[in-house]
Amino acid sequence: MIAELGTFALALAFALSIAQVGLSVTARIRGSALLRGAGEGAAGAAFLSVALVFGCLVTSFLRSDFSVTNVAEHSNIDNPLMYKIAGSWASHEGSMVLWILALTAFGAVVALTGRNLPWRLKTLTVATQGWLGTLFIGYTLFASNPFLRVIDPATHLLSPPVQGASLNPLLQDPGLAFHPPMLYLGYVGFSVVFSFAVAALIEGKVDAAWARWVRPWTLAAWSLLTCGITLGSFWAYYELGWGGWWVWDPVENASFMPWLIGTALLHSAIVTEKRGAMQGWTVFLSLCAFSFGMLGTFMVRSGSIMSVHAFAVDPTRGIILLSIMGLAAGAGFTLFAWRAPKFVGGGVYAPVSRETTLLLNNLFLAAATAAVLFGTLYPMIYEAITGKSISVGKQYFDLSFGPIMGVALIILPAGPLIAWKRGDVRGALQRLSFAAIAAGIAAIAGYAFVSPKHALAAMGCGLGLWLIVGSLTELAERTRAGRASPAESLRRLWGLPRGAWGMTLAHLGLGVFVLGACVELGGKVEASKLIVPGDVMTVGVYSLKINDVSRVDGPDYVADRAQIAITRNGSPICNAEPARRTYPASGNTTSEVAICYQGLSHVYISMGERREDAGGKSQWLVTGYVNPLATLVFLGPLLMALGGITSLSDRRLRLGVARKVKPVGAPKAEPA
Amino acid sequence: MKKLGLVIAAAFAAVLLTAATDDPSDQLPNKVQEQRAEDLFEQFRCVVCQNESIGASEADIAHDMRMLVRQQISAGKTDADIKNYMYARYGPFILLKPRLTPATAILWGGPFLIVLVGLGFLVLRRRRSAPLETDLSPEELAALKALETETKDVGPA
Repeated sequence: MIAELGTFALALAFALSIAQVGLSVTARIRGSALLRGAGEGAAGAAFLSVALVFGCLVTSFLRSDFSVTNVAEHSNIDNPLMYKIAGSWASHEGSMVLWILALTAFGAVVALTGRNLPWRLKTLTVATQGWLGTLFIGYTLFASNPFLRVIDPATHLLSPPVQGASLNPLLQDPGLAFHPPMLYLGYVGFSVVFSFAVAALIEGKVDAAWARWVRPWTLAAWSLLTCGITLGSFWAYYELGWGGWWVWDPVENASFMPWLIGTALLHSAIVTEKRGAMQGWTVFLSLCAFSFGMLGTFMVRSGSIMSVHAFAVDPTRGIILLSIMGLAAGAGFTLFAWRAPKFVGGGVYAPVSRETTLLLNNLFLAAATAAVLFGTLYPMIYEAITGKSISVGKQYFDLSFGPIMGVALIILPAGPLIAWKRGDVRGALQRLSFAAIAAGIAAIAGYAFVSPKHALAAMGCGLGLWLIVGSLTELAERTRAGRASPAESLRRLWGLPRGAWGMTLAHLGLGVFVLGACVELGGKVEASKLIVPGDVMTVGVYSLKINDVSRVDGPDYVADRAQIAITRNGSPICNAEPARRTYPASGNTTSEVAICYQGLSHVYISMGERREDAGGKSQWLVTGYVNPLATLVFLGPLLMALGGITSLSDRRLRLGVARKVKPVGAPKAEPA
Repeated sequence: MKKLGLVIAAAFAAVLLTAATDDPSDQLPNKVQEQRAEDLFEQFRCVVCQNESIGASEADIAHDMRMLVRQQISAGKTDADIKNYMYARYGPFILLKPRLTPATAILWGGPFLIVLVGLGFLVLRRRRSAPLETDLSPEELAALKALETETKDVGPA
């Protein structure tokens, strides 16, 4: 029953999305407030329907209803409650439901909150959001229904299995339970920006007000995406057990590209809002951000790209999805090619100005995105054209993305210190002299104290400190620290707009990340050994004594767990219990890493499979890593996301505040 | 069920990511040579895996390939020799860092070309729009000049 209710609600949501498009478009043409309201209502109702779909799906998983194929293939009676719920979005079908849930939720928020948006722009935004909804809900309904029953092909009767196939053990982890929803919210958040861009292109008007409406949505999507990527990276770090957090895998790149574009958009929208320049480019990025988000969700599923962590691959439907995606994005870009030449760039500025620094920011971010895109798609395109295979590994990304981003990061701290229209390079550089000294000292220290990759560490320390101290310099400038009295500075600090805090936090977070990433990569030490209880192994300055290896029974797995005492110079540091789990239901094994936190650094221990020596005695392969400053790799991006959220709470950007701020120049009378 | 098979296969590939380490008996006795071998492992792709170097894969063939690299090192080959040997044996697919050939020129050059073209575009547009910088008429400019000198006389406010 619940499964049928779910299918019904899905069909209803599809119909409501079509109505949303029809009503809104008609409302725009006729100027009818009634139809407009009906279109907005349809957007709200479509969201409620999809919420019901999602509810039905989760209920089916909670009740372990194995007569539903999707549940039978991705859940198991023995799975803990949390993973029964998480199982509902672990499959391709389930993740599509989550995706359209986010899409309709954002559509409903735009429809029901943007009261002070110009009505034409809003109506077309709601219509575009409905068009996206129609495409993707239609796909879910007709090609990816999560509620299909298990039917015996011979008897045409329902034939539910007694036990399900269980959720992939790698996915049985809190990090995975939460990071896909967050990533999806991020990708799909850009759909609103996309719809705004399409609406603006149809209306033929991109102004400061438009940019001001785009910014909060971009900020929200970008912050969610930042959190999602960080969580995903942390999940890979402690769940996959290879000791690293980023390998330039297509799945990672797929989430990283919309992030890079989103970052560029955040900055170009500022120029459009404050200076009325770069309109065409901002609109273009708005279309790109969501297009890359769609690419991120579906590219990997099409099976045309090899990835180490593609979990729901299905080539046939992948092609359908890619076509739908092409249709959605293609319409936007065609419209852009047609209408964008109309936009006349305004805002005159000197070669040295904030505008120029933001232009450079966008140029380098675009080139960096291109590097990631080329590296990700090149093997596929190369094979399609030449019929031969080629590999593009991490070395390519280090050599292309690395230097381009490096230059962008060197320019970064100067940007906020240079004035709009006409800036003063010498002044900015003078103010950054302290940051430059700090960076120089840090680079020397990094070279001297971090081994084996001295140069990488030196670069990371230098660049990291340049960004961190540079951001703080800007904060000090704004508060006149050192020039005004401390009380006055504090007062100014308190009075800073949240947008300014947000920027400082985000740039600071980037510096923290760069510092952590380079020191971690430069100073990583690794050692592995085949051990039996009683053995001692050395990893860097740490000594690992294996006290015992025991067998542990979990709810749906059995594990070999080691008890390891870690010491440094003879004094005990902590106890680690890495384990190797085997899941009988699927036959999979996973490594449960033990991480011993030493300040900001990690001692990371993973356990390999049991082997037998010549005499038939059990041994285990234990690999230990010392990852210096690894915590910063994850802390930095979280600071950036926090910066985004802080900016979002700025009074200027809060939804519905604009009218209160500006009682004069009230919105134009709406036609009845 | 085909789909389920794929999912499980993908999951397996991911499980195998746990960095592979060979038994000490397989490793080269010379520490320096073994380190060289391990650095080289990161350059070659495991031919049956989804997207992993032979150093990271636990697949049997990756182990065989690691032993092949070690043999080459023992035989006194240089890193470049070994790369050429592997390239000749397995084709371009084996190298994780693609070689610069006419076919990969776009891959290697593309991103940097974007930077150059973008910078060129900015400079050109700057040249063209330079006169816009002061869109004041000569009279207005004179008035501005007068104002500036006036302020100077009074001193900074």
